[in-house]
Amino acid sequence: MVQSVSAADGFGAGQAIARARAAGRAALIAYLPCGFPSLTASIDACRALIRGGADIIELGLPYSDPVMDGPVIGQAVTEALASGFRVDDLFEAVAELAPAGVPIEVMTYYNPVFRRGEERFAADLADAGGAGLITPDLIPEEAGPWITAADAFGLDKVFLVAPSSPPARLRLTASACRGFTYATSTMGVTGLRTSLSGLARPLVERTRAAGAANVCVGVGVSTPAQAAEVASFADGVIIGSAFVKRLAAGQDLESFTAGLREATIR
Amino acid sequence: MNQMSGPYFGPYGGRFVPEALIAALDELAAAYAAAQADPAFGAELERLATVYSGRPTPLTEVPRFAAQAGGARVFLKREDLAHTGSHKINNVLGQALLTKRLGKTRVIAETGAGQHGVATATAAALMGLECVVYMGLEDTQRQALNVARMRLLGAEVIPVKTGSRTLKDAINEALRDWVTNVEGTNYVFGTAAGPHPFPAMVRDFQSVIGREARAQILAEVGRLPDAAAACVGGGSNSIGLFSAFLEDTSVSLYGFEAAGDGVETGRHAATLTGGSPGTLHGAKSYLLQDADGQTIESHSISAGLDYPGVGPEHSYLKDSGRAVYRPVTDAAAMDAFSWLTRSEGIMPAIESAHGLAGAMELGRELGPEAVLVVCLSGRGDKDVETAVKWFNL
Repeated sequence: MVQSVSAADGFGAGQAIARARAAGRAALIAYLPCGFPSLTASIDACRALIRGGADIIELGLPYSDPVMDGPVIGQAVTEALASGFRVDDLFEAVAELAPAGVPIEVMTYYNPVFRRGEERFAADLADAGGAGLITPDLIPEEAGPWITAADAFGLDKVFLVAPSSPPARLRLTASACRGFTYATSTMGVTGLRTSLSGLARPLVERTRAAGAANVCVGVGVSTPAQAAEVASFADGVIIGSAFVKRLAAGQDLESFTAGLREATIR
Repeated sequence: MNQMSGPYFGPYGGRFVPEALIAALDELAAAYAAAQADPAFGAELERLATVYSGRPTPLTEVPRFAAQAGGARVFLKREDLAHTGSHKINNVLGQALLTKRLGKTRVIAETGAGQHGVATATAAALMGLECVVYMGLEDTQRQALNVARMRLLGAEVIPVKTGSRTLKDAINEALRDWVTNVEGTNYVFGTAAGPHPFPAMVRDFQSVIGREARAQILAEVGRLPDAAAACVGGGSNSIGLFSAFLEDTSVSLYGFEAAGDGVETGRHAATLTGGSPGTLHGAKSYLLQDADGQTIESHSISAGLDYPGVGPEHSYLKDSGRAVYRPVTDAAAMDAFSWLTRSEGIMPAIESAHGLAGAMELGRELGPEAVLVVCLSGRGDKDVETAVKWFNL
């Protein structure tokens, strides 16, 4: 059952963040949904992110009811599903991307994991060479079977914290995470915003105080200037909607990614 | 009372929502627990039920209707006579009072047919709260009259253009609003589903249906009914009725789901009959989903039952066998709609007509000695246009 390549063995988000830190940077975590605008195009787009210097790929699993996502990502995953995306496609994409050596964290709502069975999902992800899961609608208290499966297969478990999380919940969540803890910069859904929320920095500080080793900030981070600001106080910068918008418009992803990577230098 | 208070009903329920909402759900659960312990809250809710909603609603025997129900004695719990025309008012008054206790000034709600939206806009007007209602774009077009009612009541109605543009997506959009504005906003959820504490709280606010009906049937007939029946979409009127009879083991409980064109056609909303366990809108429960766990769109002539999920307590009652859930097609529901209207001069909501169709079948099974209590959850004024089309009038 134990995989030769797994997050626990040194190929997870934690190691990628440590490498970035050693190079004087925050890690750049780049999101795109699998299957948008097509399976092959989404794989090619992720390769462009990797060439541009993304430290971690956050690969979204399109889901019918994405309550944490704003209009940009919402529209993209709706299109992916309409054009026939299946969960099996995700594992194919992970297997294609993993040999590049950049950890692939799958961002998924819980029901597709529950439906497949947590253990089977974890086994398939590990087989494909994936690093772990980011689960936006799963809190540690409800995650028992997933935690068990992730531990068995050495996968990362990334749960979210929010500006509204009290200290006890920050401790609970930080201790349940492996890889990093995902801090949502603002109260709201994914999307582009003109300025970075003032709630992000204090949340990162509170989450560190609650015991988290790596705290990465996402939701509402989209420009190099915002990335630079986040990089000054967090371990990683998570960017999604900005990539999806560029991909939908047929704009270059590699040079945009390279610019963001520059911005992560402290 | 031996009511389950959540978050879990057997393996169902829970809180499958973004972390950003957990603090608000904790706050709501704590405020609700405090309100339950506060006699002043119960007294105010009861006062409003009496002087505002018009409770208790009558229990009406319908002997002419019952001729098509095997001659059983059929009694209708008349939620259609409650203010705003359905049982939805029972829940929104409770949640609006809680909103004020929380010190919040804005409420949001989702609505399908518009009944919960109208009820929420009504309670918001009564209590001076800002009100925003999310409604699928398709539903705003199908239910234009209720959109106008909500706007006249001072609510803002936002047509939802994402996903399938129906109730499911209206809930998604309301959840996104709540994540963003949770500090000053309370989500007045319309049915006994969603994350804890909604399933237990909405059931408690709707339990007045069952309490009154149980006392009324005992007074009228001198014994408990053989069966209590109601339609099930999300399941709030049915769980409100069932809650009073859960421990009366002689009373069979029946929930009637919308089978649309028939469960075998795939075009239906019979979640408990044709669905499987999963998570949707914050709770683990039965839902309509494909092999990948993607939610499948539901179909029903009744906008209020046209929902691919169901409250977690119903899933528990199904698995435990305490309640039985059966599908009722569009055609059977419309026959019952027509028959109650003509035989008794009571025009039911098409949602409620599913319960009536089920009761007709049940009466024929149980025979003339049987006593049935059926929840008539709403009135049919809103459905006139749909009925005119259906019957080619």
